[in-house]
Amino acid sequence: MTPATAITTAPLDVAALTRALGEATASSGLPGIGAVATFIGLVRDTNLGRRVQHLEYEAYEPLARRGLDLIVEEAREHWPAVRMMIHHRIGRMEIGETSVAIVAASPHRADAFAAARYAIERIKQIVPIWKHEYFEGGDVWIEGATADPDNIEAREKAMRIACA
Amino acid sequence: MRVTVRLFARLRDITGAGELMRDAPAGANVGAVWSSLVSEFPELSAYEKSISCAVNADYSRFTAAVADGDEIAFLPPVSGG
Repeated sequence: MTPATAITTAPLDVAALTRALGEATASSGLPGIGAVATFIGLVRDTNLGRRVQHLEYEAYEPLARRGLDLIVEEAREHWPAVRMMIHHRIGRMEIGETSVAIVAASPHRADAFAAARYAIERIKQIVPIWKHEYFEGGDVWIEGATADPDNIEAREKAMRIACA
Repeated sequence: MRVTVRLFARLRDITGAGELMRDAPAGANVGAVWSSLVSEFPELSAYEKSISCAVNADYSRFTAAVADGDEIAFLPPVSGG
């Protein structure tokens, strides 16, 4: 059975993930699903004016997996009818490859979109994964947010963005 | 006591290792483990205000006590997605 969350070196397949969520949802007798929102993050060919050649993602795997689980729990607290799966890939990825796949299913579209958006915002805040960017002329570790799952302001910010 | 220190991304580049075994005095907290690492690798001090830490793969604080055999991780700002 496909786990709801995963950190994996294998290529991500959002269609397979969507099917897996549908099967998991159907077998647990949840209220009818009328909407599925998917988000996939791709390796972009430019960043801050640099021409990106490829990325290497690194994770503190056990904590990253817990972080994804926490995000799924947070989403369920706020949108009880939403069912979600989040898989993040690590290792080397070429331009255009999928680094993260989020599938959120819900009775209605608004919650599915919002939950998927919330999840990607939270990933960028609290999940210990790092991008090592290799660009024309050098390489750099990308550093975003200081990870703190207990930071209520960050969580509220993610919620505001999700519900905007 | 002896602890395992885990370092990621740029912190790993600075120290040259993703995993280090270090001795820590009895009663030491996470902050003390970090400080002693900074004395060893002064370049780490740039991260003083921006790192997070974890004890045994659970987010923690600098004030948390560490025990023999613990895995202490120091995490620079994250950039997943």
